[in-house]
Amino acid sequence: MIPLSSADTDTTEEVVVDEGRQALLDAIRGELGEAVVADHLVPGQDLWVRVASDAWGTTAEYLRERQRFRFFSWSSVIDWKPSPWGRSQTASVDDAPDSPLAEVPEMQHGVTGGDTRFQVIGRVHNLGTQLGVTLKADVPDDTMTVDSWVSTYAGADWHEREAWEMFGVNYAGHPGLRNLYLPGDFEGNPMRKDFPLLSRLVKPWPGIVDVEPMPENETGGDA
Amino acid sequence: MTAISDRRQMAYIANQAADARVNLELEAEGMTLNIGPQHPATHGTLRIVVRLDGEQVIEADPVMGYMHRGYEKLAEVRTYPQVTTLVNRIDWLGSFANEVPFILACERLMEVEAPPRAQWIRTIFHELGRIANVTLFLGDLGVQLGAITPVFLAFRDREYILNQIEAATGGRFHPNFDRIGGLKDDLPAGWIAETKVALDKIREFCNTLEDLLMGNEIFQSRTRGVGVIPADVGLAYGLTGANIRASGVDWDLRRDNPVGLPYDQVDWKVWTHPDGDSFARCWLRMQEVRESCNIVEQLLDTIPGGPIMAKVPRVIKVPEGEAYVATENPLGMMSYYVVSQGGLEPFRVKIRSASFSNMSIAPWLLKGVYMPDVITILASLYFILGDIDR
Repeated sequence: MIPLSSADTDTTEEVVVDEGRQALLDAIRGELGEAVVADHLVPGQDLWVRVASDAWGTTAEYLRERQRFRFFSWSSVIDWKPSPWGRSQTASVDDAPDSPLAEVPEMQHGVTGGDTRFQVIGRVHNLGTQLGVTLKADVPDDTMTVDSWVSTYAGADWHEREAWEMFGVNYAGHPGLRNLYLPGDFEGNPMRKDFPLLSRLVKPWPGIVDVEPMPENETGGDA
Repeated sequence: MTAISDRRQMAYIANQAADARVNLELEAEGMTLNIGPQHPATHGTLRIVVRLDGEQVIEADPVMGYMHRGYEKLAEVRTYPQVTTLVNRIDWLGSFANEVPFILACERLMEVEAPPRAQWIRTIFHELGRIANVTLFLGDLGVQLGAITPVFLAFRDREYILNQIEAATGGRFHPNFDRIGGLKDDLPAGWIAETKVALDKIREFCNTLEDLLMGNEIFQSRTRGVGVIPADVGLAYGLTGANIRASGVDWDLRRDNPVGLPYDQVDWKVWTHPDGDSFARCWLRMQEVRESCNIVEQLLDTIPGGPIMAKVPRVIKVPEGEAYVATENPLGMMSYYVVSQGGLEPFRVKIRSASFSNMSIAPWLLKGVYMPDVITILASLYFILGDIDR
């Protein structure tokens, strides 16, 4: 672990190899082979690994049992679809709830790429080496189902329940997918990008006054 | 005369019948009991549905969401500086600590580093937040066991720390003081000396409470050996902070991964306890308050001069990318996973709050314990509702 004080950042820029994380990445690649779709390593900071959808459960199992990643940090879902309601704050087109953006920008999939709208994301941690890894996997658009982590990490239970109600992603093998935060009769998946934030649609955000009249931003809404 | 004795007899029979009905219910399928959402032991609006067999819990199911505010969704329609106002309200007793990891994640994406003075002051407030937060926990603990005095002491002495936070930031509970690239303001004159006085008050409070509470026989008999969490189970449930250190896991992000906070410049110790029971968790928090006092004192002595803001643009646009930063907050590990697509607002913010994971062990932990122990176990796990519901 490299502290981020200014004296040390210079040296890390010269030595771009992060031995611990590189060794971990090689081990994961060696074990999972084709199932590792993409990876992203920022030396001294972090490691991302994207695995195939059907390897989501086995990756966690492998990391816990063979690589001693005993600590489960969190897991969630990212909806990569740009909001059809615009950014709600900087764009003028999204004042009315019935006027979605004329052209919705293309999906961008972050540092490890992706093919589907939803990706599951999770993070586990190794206390021995003090390395953490962020895992990602595509959620198939048709089945919307990935393996559950509950049998590997008991703590994934609540995290997956939350992701299930907020994004509508199913976890195969989860002991009881029921609402965690939302009332039982709630309709829709509020964290999806196309689920409108109604309070923002019926009334423009008053904070807009604070951010708009900057000199270099007078043309507005480029963001 | 006869009428009264008749009525008494009727009441007696009715009571007997009611008792018999209760007994019958207990033997048949157990009793379902709602703790909360307004129970004092739940610090807000957590509801726990327990199924009881006599005094023993068969099954406990925490029901949340009474205070869910959807911060992850709200963050998507706010600019980065506005998000810090939101995240202040997650763990409302140690608010400043909530801002730090989010700001650090943004700084990592923008490749900005706060000047040393700002890093020092950040760490000081991070620790003052911990002191204010855990002090209240220690007082509250007594109340849940029927001891009223500690909470008065806690509220009295916590005020010294809150006064210091208010003097520098203007906010007692929600400082909203951290900025991308540094801090809002520098420290006011005379603040350092005053803070040292406040720290002495907290040390005194810890000593008093150690005599009053930790050494108390009733307290010990109700917490020792109760609610034992083995280290491996705790890690699988994602327990962090004092809860996992009380199970003998020597892991503190302040020491092991001090991202942008100068904990490595200070001489301090990570406390652990091998027992993993309620007492260990309480005892450990008390030692951590003392340790925090030491950390703050050393930081106050070594605080460097210089600016408190790095050079950042007036309108903050965060470049495309993803960053994950975790810090050791009063309740445990708090982290933010920030996804930016180059706009004024984050594309997605995943907030990993400590209490959420700390509480997720409750169904496992409460199984089989006796009803009065439910309260002490919940108290010792120490959660803040805003930190569970986000």
